[in-house]
Amino acid sequence: MPDLSTNCAGITSPNPFWLASAPPANSGAQVMRAFDHGWGGAVWKTLGQPIQNVSSRFGGLHYRGTRGIGFNNIELITDRPLEVNFKEIYEVKKRYPKHAVVVSLMVETEEEWQDIIKRSIDAGADGLELNFGCPHGMCERGMGSAVGQEPTVNEKITSWAKKYSSVPVLVKLTPNVGDIVPHGIAAQNGGADGVSLINTIKSIIGVDLDRLVPEPRVGNASTNGGYCGAAVKPIALHMVAALARDHLFNLPISGIGGISNWRDAVEFMALGASSVQVCTEVMLRGYRVVEDMIEGLENFMRDKGFERLDQLIGKAVPTYSEWGDLDLNYEIVARIDADKCIGCHLCEVACHDGAHQCIHNDPNGSFVPVVDEDECVGCNLCQIVCPVPGCITMAEIDNGYAPATWNEHVWEGAKLRPKKGAH
Amino acid sequence: MATKLPETRAESVFKDFKPAYDTAHALAEANRCLYCLDAPCIGACPTSINIPEFIRKIATGNLRGSARTIFESNILGMSCARVCPVEVLCVGECVYNRMDQPPIQIGKLQRYATDMAYDEGWEFFEAGPDTGKKVALIGAGPASLSCAHRLRRYGHACTIFEKRDVVGGLNTFGVAPYKMKADRAVTEAEWVLGIGGIEVKTGVEIGVDVSFSTLEHDYDAIFVGIGLGPDKHLGVPGEDLEGVYGAVDFIEAIKLEPAAFDGVKSVAVIGGGNTAVDCVREALGLGLGAVTMVYRGTEAVMPGYAHEWKAAKVDGAHALWQRSPIAYEGENGRVSGLRLQVFDEHKQPVAGQEERIDADLVLVAVGQSRLLDLLKLDGVNMDHRRILTDAGGFTGRPGVYAGGDLANGAKEVVNAVAEGRDAAVAIHAYLTEA
Ligand SMILES: Cc1cc2nc3c(=O)[nH]c(=O)nc-3n(C[C@H](O)[C@H](O)[C@H](O)COP(=O)(O)OP(=O)(O)OC[C@H]3O[C@@H](n4cnc5c(N)ncnc54)[C@H](O)[C@@H]3O)c2cc1C
Ligand SMILES: Cc1cc2nc3c(=O)[nH]c(=O)nc-3n(C[C@H](O)[C@H](O)[C@H](O)COP(=O)(O)O)c2cc1C
Repeated sequence: MPDLSTNCAGITSPNPFWLASAPPANSGAQVMRAFDHGWGGAVWKTLGQPIQNVSSRFGGLHYRGTRGIGFNNIELITDRPLEVNFKEIYEVKKRYPKHAVVVSLMVETEEEWQDIIKRSIDAGADGLELNFGCPHGMCERGMGSAVGQEPTVNEKITSWAKKYSSVPVLVKLTPNVGDIVPHGIAAQNGGADGVSLINTIKSIIGVDLDRLVPEPRVGNASTNGGYCGAAVKPIALHMVAALARDHLFNLPISGIGGISNWRDAVEFMALGASSVQVCTEVMLRGYRVVEDMIEGLENFMRDKGFERLDQLIGKAVPTYSEWGDLDLNYEIVARIDADKCIGCHLCEVACHDGAHQCIHNDPNGSFVPVVDEDECVGCNLCQIVCPVPGCITMAEIDNGYAPATWNEHVWEGAKLRPKKGAH
Repeated sequence: MATKLPETRAESVFKDFKPAYDTAHALAEANRCLYCLDAPCIGACPTSINIPEFIRKIATGNLRGSARTIFESNILGMSCARVCPVEVLCVGECVYNRMDQPPIQIGKLQRYATDMAYDEGWEFFEAGPDTGKKVALIGAGPASLSCAHRLRRYGHACTIFEKRDVVGGLNTFGVAPYKMKADRAVTEAEWVLGIGGIEVKTGVEIGVDVSFSTLEHDYDAIFVGIGLGPDKHLGVPGEDLEGVYGAVDFIEAIKLEPAAFDGVKSVAVIGGGNTAVDCVREALGLGLGAVTMVYRGTEAVMPGYAHEWKAAKVDGAHALWQRSPIAYEGENGRVSGLRLQVFDEHKQPVAGQEERIDADLVLVAVGQSRLLDLLKLDGVNMDHRRILTDAGGFTGRPGVYAGGDLANGAKEVVNAVAEGRDAAVAIHAYLTEA
């Protein structure tokens, strides 16, 4: 049985699946229920100064019948009294000593940070997460993403936290920046033990077409909110990987953003995350989703022969290269399996209208389209639209050219194969 | 125009065999459609509805556009959604069949979009500017309705002559009530006529009340969509006994009248085609006791659709294969049973093998006669069973066009709609030729 025990920046848990700081980690009763379902840790809903929330708060992005492929919210940090939260954190920690309870914090002044950190640690926090990410409401008060977008402020507040904390400090980064790396480095320079990312992406989820008011609607108005859920995974993966492969950045990463199942979790870990946090999938489907996450991860590790998570963590990072270092002589073409093809011609319309016009009707009249391999640039579009599993494969072609990258071509004159589909 | 149907009709007891989708079902099904290019479902539709497009529009919430896409190809899309044998047309060709996945329920989706259009009162088409040309259409069935609507879009004045006092043809008085009831077909006919400029003269039989030559004299072109004639019978003794009905007569009675069949305990349906199978399911649905289909051939060669016969069996139907009546027997002028000849697998009688079964209602579904006499005119091409036309419905006699069952030898409503529409295109070309 593979060992899932996790250590992310010195915070340990029985498995890498943590609730992200959000409504599922809002109260002691919830967190305990989550732990009973199998969650390894929880980042408590952000604590700070008292706030008041609006109604409504959430918006969903629905696509072709699938509800909530993206999600957005305009809620703020916890609206429950601090004493109540601390009391519940204490109870959870007493009942679940081996699970990770990380307390997320967001306040303004150094004195406030000092006070709230002390109270968190007194309550039993295993670690702290500094919320420098929330893109709405709090940033207008100089907190949240207003901090995360300013490396110097980030570094300063991180150093305050480190000064007053006896437990590991994670800095939660906002994705609402051009390049994530300087912000990770700022946290590192401030002394953080790790970073967690991503928080939500500044967004407007949609517009109510009857009223012509954006969503989520608050009376007759709305505001920009934070985008998350399955749709944001690619953005989160890139940001995690960008930090993981940066030579100046050396901190552990807790990966967040669009994790809906064990596959997503494996992808984050392969790109450098040592724990993963989940919010939206739990909001939409409940704590029970963790069962499949744990089991799927275990089965994957068994299949791959991994015994511990550190054999997986970062495994794909070295393969994330620059475009200029990709092999331009690597050639593949689409092949359609006639036995599997159902004749929907989706590959053909995609290729004709969206790619390189190399998939055509069968001249012999069958319903299986044919690929003109001399013209096929190997772009993958047909395979992406094909509804039949395994029907279209991308076959490697031995074109006789030695591997050559753009950089090798430019600097060393490496020979490139003739371009395809470029006439 | 059409006389009103009686409020209660025998058919009222039937429920929809394929219930309507609610919005949730429609969206789920629409989102499953792959939106194929050169979709085989379109090729399987005689009216070539752009099926993937109308389904996509359901999925995006553009229901008005969805309905327009359907009606653009098939103005009777509302009834076709209910009565088409989709299993052997569009749905049968859905690419999902090739991957052993349930095919898209195109008929149900089409019903969803077209019912919505009716409920919401959306209007899609306008009559064209008046051309001063007049076209007579004979019969108010699907073929003529489709033809007249398209002719009005071109701006030609139309007059439909219908011998019955209801419009809609067999769509009104023929299709099985668990697919569609008569009032829905009449509603559809009125909706089609809503384009305006189509005069409907019911109770006028051409060839009896008004001659064909009068029409040729008074109109610039004629479309003939009179369908098929009365039920055929086998010519065996006892046909005049009470309780022996032609199938279409029986169906017409249950569709249009409060017909009651008190005291019937067992029904024999003669034939193995779709009308026979419809009669079987109708008799079962009306609760007329045990229902037996008596067919000359084997189950394997019966011309009725396999999916319909399967449903009939689920309803409780029985069949006697390789049998055909040689006489109906009766008491006091009422039928009480049938004497049957046994046939071999080549539909040949087996000498000396006879049987008898009880039946107090006999429905004879062995085909309908042909109405070719009206068109026995110079130039009109025909064989023994249908008027022969080109793809535009031209009969060979200048100005005279035909479509629907009369010209295709008896197919489906959707074929009649396609042929009526295509004839209108040809008539328009004929009328506007310089
Ligand atoms: C029992 C039965 C069930 C069927 N079920 C289905 C089904 O489920 N689905 C399906 O798609 N198809 C079904 N069909 C077939 C379908 O009904 C026909 O193919 C279609 O109605 C043909 O349309 P039409 O316009 O050619 O003729 P019809 O619908 O027959 O209309 C012809 C009209 O012409 C009128 N007429 C005839 N002679 C004259 C005259 N001399 N003067 C004036 N008017 C005249 C008739 O009264 C009638 O109203 C069924 C047919 C039958 C018999
Ligand atoms: C309703 C809602 C409330 C959230 N509240 C907080 C919060 O208080 N503090 C915080 O750090 N992140 C908060 N987040 C962001 C999540 O912790 C997480 O970073 C983000 O949703 C991406 O993960 P996901 O795709 O799994 O949802 C919130 C997200 C949602 C949807």
